[in-house]
Amino acid sequence: MDYFLDEEQLMIRDLARQIADEKIVPVRAELDEKEEFPWDIMKALAQSDFFGLYIPEEYGGLGKGGFELSIAIEELSRACLGVSTSYAANALGTYPILLFGSEEQKKKYLPDIASGRRLVAFALTEANAGSDAAGVQTTARLEGEEYVLNGTKQWITNGGEAEIYTVIAITDRAKGARGASAFIVEKGTPGFTFGKKENKMGIRASSTRELIFEDCRIPKENLIGRQGMGFIVAMKTLDKSRTGVGAQGVGVAQGAFEAAVNFAKERRQFGAPVISFQAVQHMLADMATQIEAARALVYSVARYIDSGARDVSKESAMAKLFATDVAMKVTVDAVQVMGGSGYMREYPVEKMMRDAKILQIYEGTNQIQRNIIGQSLIKETAKKRQGG
Amino acid sequence: MNIIVCIKQVPDTAEIKINPETNTLMREGVPSIINPFDLHALEAAVRIKEDLGARVTALTMGPPQAESSLREAISMGADDAVLLSDRAFAGSDTWATSYALAGAIRKLGADIVFCGKQAIDGDTAQVGPETAEFLDIPHVSYVRNIEWIRDNTIRVQRLMDEGYDVVESPLPVLLTVVKELNQPRMPSLKGKMAAKKAQIRMMGKADIEADEDSLGLKGSPTKVKSIFAPETKAGRMMIEGGPEEQVDILIKELRKIKCL
Ligand SMILES: Cc1cc2nc3c(=O)[nH]c(=O)nc-3n(C[C@H](O)[C@H](O)[C@H](O)COP(=O)(O)OP(=O)(O)OC[C@H]3O[C@@H](n4cnc5c(N)ncnc54)[C@H](O)[C@@H]3O)c2cc1C
Ligand SMILES: Cc1cc2nc3c(=O)[nH]c(=O)nc-3n(C[C@H](O)[C@H](O)[C@H](O)COP(=O)(O)OP(=O)(O)OC[C@H]3O[C@@H](n4cnc5c(N)ncnc54)[C@H](O)[C@@H]3O)c2cc1C
Repeated sequence: MDYFLDEEQLMIRDLARQIADEKIVPVRAELDEKEEFPWDIMKALAQSDFFGLYIPEEYGGLGKGGFELSIAIEELSRACLGVSTSYAANALGTYPILLFGSEEQKKKYLPDIASGRRLVAFALTEANAGSDAAGVQTTARLEGEEYVLNGTKQWITNGGEAEIYTVIAITDRAKGARGASAFIVEKGTPGFTFGKKENKMGIRASSTRELIFEDCRIPKENLIGRQGMGFIVAMKTLDKSRTGVGAQGVGVAQGAFEAAVNFAKERRQFGAPVISFQAVQHMLADMATQIEAARALVYSVARYIDSGARDVSKESAMAKLFATDVAMKVTVDAVQVMGGSGYMREYPVEKMMRDAKILQIYEGTNQIQRNIIGQSLIKETAKKRQGG
Repeated sequence: MNIIVCIKQVPDTAEIKINPETNTLMREGVPSIINPFDLHALEAAVRIKEDLGARVTALTMGPPQAESSLREAISMGADDAVLLSDRAFAGSDTWATSYALAGAIRKLGADIVFCGKQAIDGDTAQVGPETAEFLDIPHVSYVRNIEWIRDNTIRVQRLMDEGYDVVESPLPVLLTVVKELNQPRMPSLKGKMAAKKAQIRMMGKADIEADEDSLGLKGSPTKVKSIFAPETKAGRMMIEGGPEEQVDILIKELRKIKCL
């Protein structure tokens, strides 16, 4: 379907697709097998300006929005979710600075991020803080001109590879939800080390690692926004980036769908290509319809967010929820359409199926997305009543 | 530093058809690309720009359609582009092509001129060296590595059949490059946006102060009589096995054909 992309948006899509086809597809199976971080591809993306897509021009970016970012993420995800996760996690890590950072912080960090010279990661999750972010135990204590961080973050995408980390830590436990703050911590800061690198089911090219803070001292200026704003920073960041996870869902579903259609046209049983069987056609028809619906929702929400809408929690949760559930279903069905071949590593869909699962888990599980949507519905009806 | 990269627009296939009546290349209907070797030349120039600072100009001689190749060069990092185009250039052989390119380069001024090793359609590998001769500057062909540039001197490695030569040359110099030199980058988004807006500078015969008789068909001493694929020599054999075994077989075979 034609989504009436403008000339520059088409340029972004086509170049992302070219990089995906030429640089990612040939190596994705090996990256998966070896669980290797895709540095060469990150460098190609940097050289082609993709890291600066959503960063304002005054900081060396291209000044585009979340919509353009979604287009790029979708194309990369069509080839490999492990690669697209490594790419998209940069936006997740950068939004706290972009949305709440001071002018000095933006000047200091955004140009390096936009050029891809330094990768970024976002660190909220801990052993006791998954869906329940209030369980964060990492602390940041103000001592003179410095904050002293202590604690361990787990499952941080780009951990170890990134050089800039936006970290949520507790500054005043007594204040509950207003007791957390967001910080910038640079790799190489004494007291900041990396722990275990996870061995994962999917997105194995991406790095998922522990961050360990032991009396890690950072300058006071590395506080993002004001003290106590940590959870607001985190929630607004996730609101912004979630459509990107939706775009990952659209991309991986599209990739799996294309592989399944091609296979079904070639594979013959009972004297005919399997695509000629109506049962197979119906599966493919459902897959195609679901992908198009997911894409339409992701694009609409991304454009809505870029329009400057204020509260976008519900819409971004819907885009993430729907598109990633579609991704899971479509990748499972793609394996089914391809039969035993679909189950084999020789074909890309078994990896896509393993990869797709993460989309229903990270940046808030799909149960949590439903909670967000439900809470918004309650808020909306309450408002309507008040308004009479 | 000023760097000029000569790029040639070529048909997107190594298998070009030749018109049997006129013995000329048939270009109709074949999509055009930048000659692959020239992409390595452009990449080398852009890397020098990134390392040492330079202004990179892409130069092509060709019909107006060659403009698309120049825009592509800008999307990959060239700062400027010059299209050398004039009816008078039609029918140029390598001599006339080099003469015209040299005229443009003299006008533009360059410390380093890059060419590809050869064009995948014409395949002569003559234009680079000939252009250097017209400019009366040194050239190094088949460059596979640029070691350093300093004090108005460049040191490069020239690919040979076995190994390589290390060559130093004063600037200005013309280099023709091989694929081993680098891995050309993808275009960048900023480059593509710049390419869309870029002004392509046009140059014609008047701009290069050329001698009319040296241009185009008139200035081309090459007369193509016939074109044919040379016969491939038959009777090649690969010898396998350990070194001693291979030597034994080799001696036997050489005796068989009475070379020993
Ligand atoms: C590969 C990978 C990369 C990651 N990258 C990052 C990163 O870069 N930065 C970062 O901060 N975090 C990251 N995470 C963490 C991720 O965001 C969390 O895993 C996710 O939020 C879920 O938390 P949990 O795993 O602790 O699940 P839990 O919270 O333990 O949930 C377990 C189950 O209970 C359900 N559940 C929990 N609470 C509720 C509820 N209230 N209502 C209904 N159901 C509920 C969940 O949906 C889930 O099914 C990453 C995780 C993975 C696996
Ligand atoms: C048998 C034969 C028949 C031909 N017939 C015709 C014909 O009918 N009509 C016609 O127009 N041409 C014709 N040509 C082509 C013409 O002679 C050559 O294309 C041209 O002179 C360049 O030579 P080349 O392709 O061998 O380039 P090479 O010498 O192999 O190219 C080396 C490098 O020189 C540079 N270069 C070459 N050409 C250009 C250019 N135009 N602009 C900028 N840089 C350049 C590039 O960097 C290139 O990598 C013919 C060529 C041959 C061999």
